[in-house]
Amino acid sequence: MMRTPPAVLVLEHELLKYRRGFRGTIVSSFLNPVLYLAAMGIGLGGYVASSKAGAAGSAGLLGGVSYLAFLAPGLLASTAMQVAAGESTFPIMGGILWDRAFLGMLATPIRVVDILGGKLLYITLRLTLATCVFFGVMTAFGAGGGPLVILAIPAAILTGLAFVTPIIAYSASQKDPSGFNGLFRFGVIPLFLFSGTFFPVSQLPGLLQPVAFATPLWHGVDLCRTLALGTATPAGVLVHVAYLVGFASVGLLLASVALRRRLRP
Amino acid sequence: MVSASTPPLIRARALTKRFGTLTAVDAIDFDVAPGESFGFLGPNGAGKTSAMRMIGCVSPVSDGELSVLGMDPRIDGPRIRARLGVVPQQDTLDQELTVSDNLAIYGRYFDLPRDVIRRRVAELLDFVQLTERARDQVEPLSGGMKRRLTIARSLINEPDLLLLDEPTTGLDPQARHLLWDRLYRLKQKGVTLVLTTHYMDEAEQLCDRLVVMDKARIVAQGSPRQLIVQHSSREVLEMRFPVGVQETLDGALDGLGDRVDRLPDRVLVYTDDGDAAAAVAHQRGLRPEMSLVRRSSLEDVFLRLTGRSLVD
Repeated sequence: MMRTPPAVLVLEHELLKYRRGFRGTIVSSFLNPVLYLAAMGIGLGGYVASSKAGAAGSAGLLGGVSYLAFLAPGLLASTAMQVAAGESTFPIMGGILWDRAFLGMLATPIRVVDILGGKLLYITLRLTLATCVFFGVMTAFGAGGGPLVILAIPAAILTGLAFVTPIIAYSASQKDPSGFNGLFRFGVIPLFLFSGTFFPVSQLPGLLQPVAFATPLWHGVDLCRTLALGTATPAGVLVHVAYLVGFASVGLLLASVALRRRLRP
Repeated sequence: MVSASTPPLIRARALTKRFGTLTAVDAIDFDVAPGESFGFLGPNGAGKTSAMRMIGCVSPVSDGELSVLGMDPRIDGPRIRARLGVVPQQDTLDQELTVSDNLAIYGRYFDLPRDVIRRRVAELLDFVQLTERARDQVEPLSGGMKRRLTIARSLINEPDLLLLDEPTTGLDPQARHLLWDRLYRLKQKGVTLVLTTHYMDEAEQLCDRLVVMDKARIVAQGSPRQLIVQHSSREVLEMRFPVGVQETLDGALDGLGDRVDRLPDRVLVYTDDGDAAAAVAHQRGLRPEMSLVRRSSLEDVFLRLTGRSLVD
């Protein structure tokens, strides 16, 4: 008999649960980009575009593309980060502390590493769904026209994974969910606002620019944007991908240590 | 019965579990034979659960030797767990899934084929009398039903060894008796049971042999009968006095039996003949509000060995 990889068995559990929440996440994956791209891309973007005529500077900053085209791939990467943060916080703590599903699994042949693997498979699937739906909406809005624009999807998934593994490590070491407030308030939201999604980081005060360059979201945003706008260079793509893969890998190591410490005392 | 040639299903020598500076299990030795029903008895914090978690290969052994099903938990954890059934102290059921999905997904963790799972789910639901609730969510079930579901779940892989950590704590008497009956049937089928409990009646009902744990160590072991014979008298005379009287009885209780224990609410006299002791007490002018003679129980053994009652 063929053995099923244990991580796939953990994925089966996730999918069984996801059947119930599936419709809701698809609807919000669709509505969020529609709302953001309409309000910010078209509404606010109208002002950005009209200021372009007066101030040549902003046209230069955005590289001569519409604000919508500038914004959409950035939002794609940011959305991946938010899905990643959502799936790597409460559901992980739940498996450890609330329904303790992980403890139930560990009484079977499933190991800690399989739980981590199964969770990563599931979250990758969630990221794929969310980014594909976003990509569809973005295309419908007419944003993104470069030949490599489709590569923005895997780029956004990778961006999400760079957040998933370190956040799982963080969640696995928390005693209660109060730490998540801080994570969202001082991590996710500032990154969302200041990592180049809404405006180029060159607009930030000089001291803050290197900080932005060090965040994985900026690499994800820039990777998605250059791919979508057709301005990507091999060197740029390589640096961004390497940075994101590095971030995800270190996070993976931390996550497996933290989960093992927590689940097998 | 266990012959000398049957290798034990579980063998522990100087088995130790430490958490930092705290020693939860302190160099305990025990064997569990195939088909046996073996209990860890002791108050909360005695180290029962830590011992169970090491046997269940979910908590690494700090020191000493442990073999389960002839294998080493350090190396063969997943292979051992494939043949174990585990009923943890706190349920780990998925509240959002239905009763039968909880069983089915657990079967998948053992990589059982779906047709096998379908058959076993139906059998097990019948065994724990939950067939009518198969399609219901777990969340609204009663405590006793959840416990039965957890037991059904632990049997999905037809385990050789069933580990039960306080299987009936918090259940009402009816639910407990139903669970005991199911466990007794498993025992009849040859499943080896290892359980922890702080209920004396549970240990007496279910265990062929048990160890009494206190403060991380084993303080006595044997069959329930042997423990009573070795550590207690045949009968116990219990007397309750009006409030304030017990403290004034200096000397009046001496020599009534082999031993006299004063609990906060009553006096226990250990003796081979409870009625005779009651008569002597009456002759001495003692007038308890309540007086009864009963057979010695494991509770008395525990009190004798540790100086404390089991459930505080």
